[in-house]
Amino acid sequence: MSTLLEVSGVSVSFDGFKAINNLSFQIAEAELRAVIGPNGAGKTTFMDIVTGKTRPDEGRVIWGEKSVSLLDMDEAQIARQGIGRKFQKPTVFEDQTVRDNLMMALKKDRWVIAVLLFRASSADNARVEELAAEVGLSDQLDRIAGELSHGQKQWLEIGMLLAQEPRLLLVDEPAAGMTPEEREHTTDLLVEAAKTRAVVVVEHDMEFVRRLNCKVTVLHEGAVLAEGGLDHVTSNPEVIDVYLGR
Amino acid sequence: MKRLFLACLALICACQVSLAQTPAGSGPLQQLLQDNRALIEKSSRKTIGPVIDSIASSGLPQARSFLEAWQAKEIWQRKEDGLFFIGAEVAKRSYALSDPDDGAVVGDYDKGDLKQLKPNSGVRAMIATALVQFQLSDPDPATRAEALLAIERAPGAELLAPLRASIDGEKDPALKARKTRLALLLTIAYGADEAKRIAAIEGLSGDLSVDVRAALNPLVAVTVELAKEVPQGRNIARTLTPGEEGLSRNDAYDMLVAAGHVPKRTTPDALRQALAANIEGGRVAGVPVAQLSNELVREKVYEGLASDGKVPPFVGEDAITIALNRYVFFETYAEPSGAVTDAARQALERIGTKVALNQAVDLGLDAISLASIYFLAAIGLAITFGLMGVINMAHGEFIMMGAYTGYVVQQVIPNHTVSILVAIPLAFGVTFAAGVAMERLVIRHLYNRPLETLLATFGISIALQQLAKNIFGTQARPLTAPGWLDGAWVINDVVSISYIRIAIFVLALIFLALFLFIMRRTRLGLETRAVTQNPRMASSMGINPGRVNMLTFGLGSGIAGIAGVAIGLFAKVTSELGQDYIVQSFMTVVVGGVGNIFGTLAGAAMIGSLQKGIEWLNPSNTLAAQTYMIIFIIIFIQFRPRGIIALKGRAAGD
Amino acid sequence: MRQSFIAKNPSVLVFLSILALFTLLVTVFAEGPGAGLIPTSFVKTLGKTLCLCLIAIAMDLIWGYTGILSLGHFAFFGLGGYMIGMWLMYERTRLIVSDALAQGDIPPTEAEVVDAIGTQIFGVVGSSEFPVVWMFADSLVLQLMLVVLVPGVLAAIFGWLAFRSRVTGVYLSILTQAMTLALALYLFQNDSGLRGNNGLSGLQNLPGVEAPQSEVSMWFFWASALALGLGYMLAAWVVSGKFGSVIRGIRDNEARVRFLGYPVETFKLAVFTLTACIAAIAGALYYPQAGIINPAEMAPVASIYLAVWVAIGGRGRLYGAVIGAAFVSLVSTWFTGGQAPDIPLGFYTIKWVDWWQVILGLSFVLVTLFAPKGIGGLFDLLPRKDRT
Repeated sequence: MSTLLEVSGVSVSFDGFKAINNLSFQIAEAELRAVIGPNGAGKTTFMDIVTGKTRPDEGRVIWGEKSVSLLDMDEAQIARQGIGRKFQKPTVFEDQTVRDNLMMALKKDRWVIAVLLFRASSADNARVEELAAEVGLSDQLDRIAGELSHGQKQWLEIGMLLAQEPRLLLVDEPAAGMTPEEREHTTDLLVEAAKTRAVVVVEHDMEFVRRLNCKVTVLHEGAVLAEGGLDHVTSNPEVIDVYLGR
Repeated sequence: MKRLFLACLALICACQVSLAQTPAGSGPLQQLLQDNRALIEKSSRKTIGPVIDSIASSGLPQARSFLEAWQAKEIWQRKEDGLFFIGAEVAKRSYALSDPDDGAVVGDYDKGDLKQLKPNSGVRAMIATALVQFQLSDPDPATRAEALLAIERAPGAELLAPLRASIDGEKDPALKARKTRLALLLTIAYGADEAKRIAAIEGLSGDLSVDVRAALNPLVAVTVELAKEVPQGRNIARTLTPGEEGLSRNDAYDMLVAAGHVPKRTTPDALRQALAANIEGGRVAGVPVAQLSNELVREKVYEGLASDGKVPPFVGEDAITIALNRYVFFETYAEPSGAVTDAARQALERIGTKVALNQAVDLGLDAISLASIYFLAAIGLAITFGLMGVINMAHGEFIMMGAYTGYVVQQVIPNHTVSILVAIPLAFGVTFAAGVAMERLVIRHLYNRPLETLLATFGISIALQQLAKNIFGTQARPLTAPGWLDGAWVINDVVSISYIRIAIFVLALIFLALFLFIMRRTRLGLETRAVTQNPRMASSMGINPGRVNMLTFGLGSGIAGIAGVAIGLFAKVTSELGQDYIVQSFMTVVVGGVGNIFGTLAGAAMIGSLQKGIEWLNPSNTLAAQTYMIIFIIIFIQFRPRGIIALKGRAAGD
Repeated sequence: MRQSFIAKNPSVLVFLSILALFTLLVTVFAEGPGAGLIPTSFVKTLGKTLCLCLIAIAMDLIWGYTGILSLGHFAFFGLGGYMIGMWLMYERTRLIVSDALAQGDIPPTEAEVVDAIGTQIFGVVGSSEFPVVWMFADSLVLQLMLVVLVPGVLAAIFGWLAFRSRVTGVYLSILTQAMTLALALYLFQNDSGLRGNNGLSGLQNLPGVEAPQSEVSMWFFWASALALGLGYMLAAWVVSGKFGSVIRGIRDNEARVRFLGYPVETFKLAVFTLTACIAAIAGALYYPQAGIINPAEMAPVASIYLAVWVAIGGRGRLYGAVIGAAFVSLVSTWFTGGQAPDIPLGFYTIKWVDWWQVILGLSFVLVTLFAPKGIGGLFDLLPRKDRT
């Protein structure tokens, strides 16, 4: 299986504090990966670097078959390469309907003129309804997104990510603040998504990670501490040390 | 021997006076006066010069007192014999005359028998010049200093010799230095000896004073002249080619016209008038008038008229070229000596470099004082906008309120020093209260909506402006600085700075210190920093964020009020005062870097020096300077979007 | 396509109908062609108000929809006015000067005419030379193109610089305000080539047209109404589709839009430039009705007023902007024009001229505090069919 994203030797510091320290990370196509680590381990910063929000001081971020560097691109260009990101806090456009939200995310030409002239075809509408069905929001399509419940917003955001048809999905703490049923639904969505694309899930909640049943990367102080199956890494004494304290 | 004789003579005269009213009239001075009687009676600036000179240089001891009396309009002429006397009024219309030579009293005369010499101001000035040589050696140093001042005001060739002569005898070192310097200046202008003049020029070539440049500049002044060929033996600066730098073709040709060498140019205007004068039945030289709307046609028709002899021949570009080629044009110095002009030019260059350096220093001082003003205007904003993130468009109006407070206090307390001392805390109090009220009533509700804060405070801003107009009217109100702030600290003829600007600079420093003290050493500063960094954490630690925000905002507003008093001292106090500073103040804070007082300082320094720098490059136009400065700032923000002193990482709050 | 667009946006149809009815009524009652109940000066005021409504729509697009509080759009408005004013003034002066010179014995040459025009126009700033910026002033077509091009290019350059460095929020507002100030200060100079603080005048006369002002003002009124109608439709069309979703997304959460892969900066730049052009067209129609333009019109304060109109009318809805601009500017004209009766209180007489600004200022505060949706928000209280 070929490598989709390769991060190597990346470091970044803020005002002398090393948030990421010589981090290397790889993910293949159609792989589900969980990234865990204590607070301040650099999980969010890692995502910021991959998506172009933060520029690393050194290191390389290589993408896809053609091995292009992501460091020369801005956020929108990286997103158009096929990297979708879900933030910790659900961020949907609360002022607009679920349909508009999904329509905006649909994989289409992003250029200004094309967007200006865009009018939804029946195929587009069908795709939006299909996505809504997938995330369980079929009957909410014409509601204003701001009126949805917390969990519904999370799903809407996942739906928007799927609409983008990304090759790599970065998901930041998707289960936070969800009821057990909602979690289950979310897990199903992510596992399903990972069948056709790479998915990286950053999560605190071990129970949730266990349910994902995938390879786990443990970050600590901005570097990879351990990597492997969940049972493998949780038996690693260093990991126990980090999580439980000395 | 001669003195003895004179004394005897005087004695005899006195006897004669006492015996009979026979004219004295035999003294050497009277003789001299009588020789020039016609000129003296008609005293006019143009003709009296030689008479004054001969009196002054007569060597007679009585010459000085006579000239002084003449200058004071105390010389009377006896109508019966035309003799001159010094007269003093003893009663109404009655004057006691005394002889100009020996001072002997001749007697009292009725005004009707006398004619007063009334030298006009021009003549009196000439007399004063003549008196200078006496005053230069006067025992009283004050008189000597006065004489020097008179020479400085009205230098002349004839003063050089007496001035030089008086240097050696001068006891006072300060006066001696002045005399020496003045002698050098006079030597440059009027000296006869070339070597001495050059030496004098070189001796003064490091001097920045205006008078040195005034003495040197005439030496290098040039006039443009023309001739068939470049003349020999003249001090020529350069030859000029018409049409190139320094002399346009038309000017050159006009010189030839003025010299009578060539006929006048046929200007388009003259051409048109000539054509208009020759219209005959709707045609000019056979061409219909309607066709004359073209320059080429007009010229052709004109040439036709010229060949008929109806108008002077056409002088166009071709004729001008031919004429110009026959003459050379050159710049020549009025000063005949080339060595002197060279020395003067070099000296001026050296002085120019030095002046430029000093001007740079002066510019620096100007920039610092402008930066202080911007800093003062912006420091309140650095608190409300920089620390709290509140866009207060009414900040300018708080400055205005401060200035008006100062004005009102001056209406009550006439003493300017006291009134300013009262006005400063009062202005702080007024604007502090206004700021607190505004924070409580409006801004508190808008902390999460910065753009709407902008609008609401803008509403307050225009309401306050109109209120000020309603109360104080539209005309500017004076806010007068205390007398001890008048004047300027003059370092030399180039560098000077007014005391009021120094005061504002000092005030800016005090504010900086005060700000740092409040923020770093007081409970309020600590709480403010805590609330701005993390309001929730701060409130969980028992700090009341509402109270802190209110006080911080009041503090920022109060400082704006004090800045208003300072700004009112040199700017016009009108309801629009604040408007002039608001954009610059925001710029200062944004350019400097939000949330850091040293950033504001740096921003003020940058904007101040930038504006002065651009003004220096284009001195005629302060509007353009502001325009370019703002454009520069817009571009600057491209490269440092967070300002000069930027906060990094999460504290920047992105 | 058009049908579905109008059908999906009934408010556009309502607005256009009201505008058409209004235009018809004014035409019928106006002094020139109609019954003469509305004096010419008031027709001009109404025409100018329509132009202000148009620039308010531009402001609503950039601020209400895209979330960029630009304090520079009045500068574009003024620039548009300057561009058309140059042709009006040049052409009118040319006609007058040609007439005067034709009285002479000999017909003038072209150079003489240009010279005389130059002296006429630039005499007040002590010059008679035509500055470079007047290069195209003799051509109506070129100058009309410049109406859109000059503000458009300025907006594009400024926007590119500002958005590229990701200046946002109040910083951007201050930056646009600085741009406006720089432009106004530049135009205040005598050697700006645009007659310094004298500005351009005599713009109410259409060169070569003999018609009385009562008719000319009517033409401009119609043109303004047409421009407003077209502008409203354009704006409604722009915000109705996905483009509208994207710019509202930028307003609410810029970063999220960026992570969806949209080039946010380009979108902002497009809206900024488009609205600058709309503002310029509004200005080009406004100033011939005002008759005079000078740099004071472009003071930063004017642009803030514009924002306030939109805020009072209601942001993020096009009709709100129109209502705000029309309402506030007409009421302002009424109160500051001295028509409102003074209120004598015995000890003090309230003059509206003096107190209107205070009331206006305080009402901004009240609207921002208590009615963030503005007057347009009242329409939300109406029962709607598509709800429930």
